[in-house]
Order: sequence, then structure tokens, then C-alpha cells
Amino acid sequence: MEITARGLWTLIHGMGFGALYLLACSGALIEIYRFTTWSAAVGETSRWERFLKFYLIAMVALAWTAVLTGAYVIYPWYRAALPTGTKDLAPFPQRLLMSSPFTTGWHSLGMEWKEHIAWFAPISITMVAFVFFKYGRDLKNHKQLRAGVLAFVLASFISAGVAGFFGAMLDKYAPVQGGQSIRLSNGEAK
Amino acid sequence: MLAAAIGSFVLAIIAFAGDKSIPIKNSLNFYKPTGPLSGVTTVAIVVWFLAWGFLEWRWGKRAVAMSRISRVSLALLILSILLTFPPIVDLL
Repeated sequence: MEITARGLWTLIHGMGFGALYLLACSGALIEIYRFTTWSAAVGETSRWERFLKFYLIAMVALAWTAVLTGAYVIYPWYRAALPTGTKDLAPFPQRLLMSSPFTTGWHSLGMEWKEHIAWFAPISITMVAFVFFKYGRDLKNHKQLRAGVLAFVLASFISAGVAGFFGAMLDKYAPVQGGQSIRLSNGEAK
Repeated sequence: MLAAAIGSFVLAIIAFAGDKSIPIKNSLNFYKPTGPLSGVTTVAIVVWFLAWGFLEWRWGKRAVAMSRISRVSLALLILSILLTFPPIVDLL
């Protein structure tokens, strides 16, 4: 069982940073809402506030790492220029997708949307974290701001969801492959 | 919130402009392996930080009409998402 270096990077980008971020979004939505609407003792509240601050910092780090590895590590491999005379398109995912009318849409709609919409996730969640650090539990007294913050978490979730969905589909039809092979385990003969 | 919405909207507008104009697309090629996406996102992030700093300086310690700011911010964010959707870009 082995994986190529580029395949491993894609896995870390999508299943590591991207999928973890998506999972964290639903938690952030519920916890920010709950924390800024419930009534609890002061000690309990300050523990939760510390936890939520840590949680949001982790989300900001995940979101930025996901888009930066996507744009500056994987995307250059995806859009690599095709040398003249190349017949095997497998190492050139964008060209491979565009070579067939049945798959070209995964690039022209999927990647074209994904490469831009993905950036709304880290921008939005950074703003959410900043507002939460500034206001904390006082968001309870600023209903408009709280509603706006929750809407931005939702928008971040949707943006990351669209990017994640198309990332998975693109990897299904034209995986980013190449580089050094990494052996994960030796197969057993049956 | 408004600064994040402005940054997102600028990203969508620049991406749209790059899609419609070859000279703009070429000028956004800040890092060749990533192509115009590098320029689109770098410019948007710079605008976002500038807007953030400016708004924090102007409104940081003042009471503002949050309801209107929230509505404008959400409208900009929704417009940004729509403006990056390729079928809509092709229609315009």
C-alpha cells in the first residue's frame, strides 16, 4: 500500500484541514449561539469562554492552512502546463478534465468556483474570532451583532462545504498524483 | 464584519474582472505556479486588512448602527458568493 507525495498533500489538505474545519463549523454555530443566549454561573461561563476562544483560534488556523496549502501547494500541480507532445494526461489534472466533454464541467464549474469561494471561509471565521475575543459573553447584549456573527459562521460553513464537495469530486475524476512514492505498508499475499 | 464583507466582495469583483479581461488577468499573476488566483487573493486580503484597520480606527470606540451594518455586510457576502459562481459570471 503506497501513496504519492502529491496524493499525501491532497489528503492532508482535504481530509485533514478541510474536513476538520467543516466538522468544527457546526460546533461553532451551536456553541456561539448557546454561549451567548444561556444563563449560567460566572465561573462556568469563563471556562466556556476560554474553551470557545481556543476552539475559534483552531478554526482560524485550520481554515487558513487549508486555503494556503490548496492555493500554493496543490493548485500549481493541478494546473501545471502541458509540455508539447504529452500523451499521458494523468499528471495534469486540469488538462485531463478538459480533454473530455463529460468531465470538463468539473473544472469550468467546480474548480473555478472552489478556488475563489474557499477564501470566504477563513476571512469570515477570522472576523468571527475577532468579534468573539472583543465581546465574549457580552454578545448576549448585542443581538444584531450576534445574528451577523452567526450568519458569517454559516456562510463560512457553506463556502467550505462547496469547496470541499468540489475538491472531493475533482480528486475522484482527476486526482493530483506524482512525486515520490511513500510506502505505507507491505501487502500480504493471499 | 463590514471589513470582512468588503474583502470578500473585492475578491469576487477582482476574480470577475480577471475572468472578463486578459490584461487584468495577466496583471494578477503574482506567483506564476498559482497564476491569477495569487493576485486576486493577495489584493483582496490587503484591502480587507486596510478596511479593517480603517473601520476599527473610525468606529472602534463609537456606537454604530449595527442593524444596518449587519444587513450591508450580509448583502455584500451573499453577492460575493454569487459573483464567484461561474454560470453567473458567464451571464454578466
